[in-house]
Amino acid sequence: MPNKKKIYDKGAVLVGLCIFVIVITFPFWFNFGNAAPAPEPKISDKAKAAKECVMPKEYMKMEHMQLLNEWRDTVVRDAKRIFVSSSGKEFNMSLTNTCLDCHVEKAEFCDKCHNYASVTPYCWECHIDPKETK
Amino acid sequence: MNISYMYSLVAVIVLFLVAYVGVMLPGGEVFFGIIIPYLALVIFILGFINRIIDWARSPVPFRIPTTCGQEKSLPWIKPNSIDNPTTIGGVIIRMFLEIVFFRSLFRNTKMALKEGDKLSYEWEKWLWLFSLAFHWTFFVVLFRHLRFFSEPVPALVELVAKLDGFLQIGLPELRISGVVLLAALIFLFLRRIYIPQMRYISLASDYFPLFLIIGIAFTGILMRYFTKVDIVGVKEFTMSLATFKPHITEGIGSIFYVHLFFVSVLLAYFPFSKLMHLGGIFMSPTRNMVNNNRFKRHINPWNYPVKVHTYEAYEDEFREKMVEAGLRVDKPLAAKPPEEPEEKE
Repeated sequence: MPNKKKIYDKGAVLVGLCIFVIVITFPFWFNFGNAAPAPEPKISDKAKAAKECVMPKEYMKMEHMQLLNEWRDTVVRDAKRIFVSSSGKEFNMSLTNTCLDCHVEKAEFCDKCHNYASVTPYCWECHIDPKETK
Repeated sequence: MNISYMYSLVAVIVLFLVAYVGVMLPGGEVFFGIIIPYLALVIFILGFINRIIDWARSPVPFRIPTTCGQEKSLPWIKPNSIDNPTTIGGVIIRMFLEIVFFRSLFRNTKMALKEGDKLSYEWEKWLWLFSLAFHWTFFVVLFRHLRFFSEPVPALVELVAKLDGFLQIGLPELRISGVVLLAALIFLFLRRIYIPQMRYISLASDYFPLFLIIGIAFTGILMRYFTKVDIVGVKEFTMSLATFKPHITEGIGSIFYVHLFFVSVLLAYFPFSKLMHLGGIFMSPTRNMVNNNRFKRHINPWNYPVKVHTYEAYEDEFREKMVEAGLRVDKPLAAKPPEEPEEKE
């Protein structure tokens, strides 16, 4: 076929392709020159002294939200407040009294990773950190 | 159970195993985490552009008025300016509604024989509904993934994620889009399996993307709700890809690499497959053209100058013989030098 080389409606096609490339490369130009290192949650002195959380660190890192959800359901629905950890220790199932007792600063601990991973748990709609000023 | 479906299923299972096992080998994480994704993205972008340019080289000579509305004609006849647009604005609205709400699929009908031999055309909206559900949720899922590729995360991404999880079921919150995506994919697959005509026309290239996207959704849901993954580690890794300082974060786990490998395969496969309808829909000649045949002349772009032999030229060439044969001519023989010598003899 003659004119195989010609691109029809060249302007519109090129504009469309430019938009495509700009949209698809969003992560590259949006973060250009931005190192964005992974956050380091601050472990408070009290937490350091305790050495161990209610469960091993790796478990807590990945599954703390599930554990807290289970705690809430157990406390609210079954009125059971005692949690026995994998190492046999007993804990009071309470976000405010147990978790935040060690991890004193929500902004320096919880929020660090939550903000980085764009997670907005609705825990904090009830469990208000009194030290936090908005 | 037919061969096209089996081939695709086996292919996706093999891809799963390749990534799952491969990542455990030395250097596997670098290969599946850094080399393959970058390569796939380059193939995707270049392949996509190449395919579009290739299509743009095909001439569309005339307006194709496959419309569903009255064309603009006499002043007292009401035209349908969206379904039969005569302006660029109308075309933009028609294209927008087509791309965003799949209007032409909404007109889908089913042909069937009823009460013996009565032919009937029935309302058929399920395909439209589920493909709309699939495309939209896939887009939402993709859009939500920008939280791994941007720092700080744009507010819009956070808003979409929040709306998506507004049921507040469990922790991590159940994302509605993930569930709908998987359900819609399964519907689209079962449709090909259970409707005999669909099964007959379905090829391996129809099943493969379905299985692949099912695999992507499945591994994603698995990581979020069941096997769990170190999400901060994942973001550290994806951000390193986005800032071109790639490095592997330890201990992310094989399922993540399977997920990433599936996505890479989808990207690399995209420009060579029917999935190119993403770009192709913008080039649908029946949707993106102003229907102005009646008042604007469109010249066939591949017309070339044709050498014509007019009747005048023909008569000039054969006038003599025509007169001789007694045929009528428009112009009589003016001077008759060749005939004169004959008369003398």
